[in-house]
Amino acid sequence: MVPPATFASYYGRPIVKTAPWERDIPAYLFLGGMAAGSSLLAAGADLRNLPELRRVARIGAFVGGAAGTAALIHDLGRPMRFLNMLRTAKPTSPMSVGTWVLAAYGPLASAAATAEIAAMMPRRLPIAGRVLALSARPAGVLAAALAPALAAYTGVLLSDTATPAWHAARRELPFVFAGSAAASAGGLAMVGTCLEQAAPARRMAVGGAVVALVMEARMERSMGLSAETLHAGTAKRLMNASRALTAGGAIGAAVFGVRNRRAAQVSGVALLAGSVCARFAIFEAGQQSARDPRYTVVPQRDRLQRAANA
Amino acid sequence: MSRWTRTADPAADAGWKNAPPRKGFFTDSSICIGCKACEVACKEWNGIPEDGLEMLGMSYDNTGSLGASTWRHVAFIEQPRRAVAASGLTPLPVVAARPGENRSFDGAETGIRWLMSSDVCKHCTNAACLDVCPTGSLMRTEFGTVVVQDDICNGCGYCIPACPFGVIDRRQGPPGTRNVGIAQKCTLCYDRLGDGMTPACAQACPTQSIQYGDLDELRVRAQHRVDALHAAGVADAQLYGADPNDGIGGAGAFFLLLDEPEVYGLPPDPVVTTRDLPAMWRTAAIAGATLLAGAAVAFVRARS
Ligand code: SF4
Repeated sequence: MVPPATFASYYGRPIVKTAPWERDIPAYLFLGGMAAGSSLLAAGADLRNLPELRRVARIGAFVGGAAGTAALIHDLGRPMRFLNMLRTAKPTSPMSVGTWVLAAYGPLASAAATAEIAAMMPRRLPIAGRVLALSARPAGVLAAALAPALAAYTGVLLSDTATPAWHAARRELPFVFAGSAAASAGGLAMVGTCLEQAAPARRMAVGGAVVALVMEARMERSMGLSAETLHAGTAKRLMNASRALTAGGAIGAAVFGVRNRRAAQVSGVALLAGSVCARFAIFEAGQQSARDPRYTVVPQRDRLQRAANA
Repeated sequence: MSRWTRTADPAADAGWKNAPPRKGFFTDSSICIGCKACEVACKEWNGIPEDGLEMLGMSYDNTGSLGASTWRHVAFIEQPRRAVAASGLTPLPVVAARPGENRSFDGAETGIRWLMSSDVCKHCTNAACLDVCPTGSLMRTEFGTVVVQDDICNGCGYCIPACPFGVIDRRQGPPGTRNVGIAQKCTLCYDRLGDGMTPACAQACPTQSIQYGDLDELRVRAQHRVDALHAAGVADAQLYGADPNDGIGGAGAFFLLLDEPEVYGLPPDPVVTTRDLPAMWRTAAIAGATLLAGAAVAFVRARS
């Protein structure tokens, strides 16, 4: 279908408003995803007795979750009122759902990471150390149980808006984000874990990268007109960088990362960077699609036309 | 709280018992004279801070769009009468003082036709802003309108990209201004309604372009008006937001327009984004399950 060359607007001014969000939000999308993937890796490593992988993943999950939460609070217009998020629970609000998931996830991931850090201390804590060590596994497994929700809900968070590119991406975005989460968590673990224990992280990284790349390509085909916003300007540069870094990192992990620690670390960093770029690309594409009334008017006109023809 | 089930009576759906009839605005742009009395009255009554006094250099519009500190916005559209006549639209309102004044020597249309319309929050039956608000600050009043509770909003900003009309926004400004960092929009003068008064904009409108009342009654009145305009030959007069079966379940504040909605900066076919939310949650559930399964598979062959 060739979209009409001209469309009417009010002096070319935007119709919908852009989200008032700054870099905090795409950064959170990345950090929360990395935390979620890391919690899954940590629980698996714990159950399979891979202590080095477990330690890196638990600490990664904690840092990602804490930094992501800080970014979310920083982005509020009234940060001191962040606890108002917990005065109600609304399934019609992906932000409410996500806040509750994060509120449950955060303490669990923190407990598991604190146990790791306590165990690394030169002096053992007598009672607290025992409690931490005993609670680490249940806390870590529960955090992993919440992790898939944490990784995927952010796709709904963006899609459940009138921002043309985000709403048009709703069928694929949760998959892109879940895949990106797995790739980044696998990448992080590859950076910090010895080769012998990093095999699950490599597999998770490669699998996540494949899902993210395939679903992103599919997303661009199903978005319609607003896919244009991923093919121009900053969003285009970021998405191209993300594709190259994610594909390169996955190939590096699968081919060289099995035997060469340095190669594994470079691949891991590439996967992390690829995930960051994907989040910022999709964020920026959405904002651009809201700034230009074309992406609001033309698809809606098409829809009316189709309804009239039917 | 709003649910996914679509409703005809939003106040009752929100749990109000013995709610009064739903209130709304009918803005008839065919008699708007662009005086901006509504903008001024709204600012005065609601104590809204100044948000820029410069002209935008495109028309007599100096507010540009609705926003956190502009709750009524008068749009000014100048269209060459020649193009209007060629497209089959009625060249109304007529700017010419005498018949024939707007014709060149060869009889072609010259001059402009001038459209003016006062935009406002639509107080949607199915309001996206209210659906996505995570704190419950946005609420449905007993009058069926949608209002921000200033003391609860924490400025998360989610309502802003959710609104299909680009109405609501977060107030910026020097610290010390009222409600900085909080989402703000038209309240349909909730504080006046409670006392049986008319909203400030409708009260101030000198031509009754802005009419306030029971929504059922306004819809009937609007249909009569559009029929009368059609009978008078203004074929392009159309109601916008009056249909309870549209993508937002009908607007509480609806309009009579003389051209397509997008000409006025309105979306031609707005849909409440949460209509697709159940499907989006299903997609996310499958994506999450895939991630969990993938993680399990990654550990299948792993052992210490
Ligand atoms: S027009 Fe926008 S701000 Fe007003 S009720 Fe509808 S969604 Fe909310």
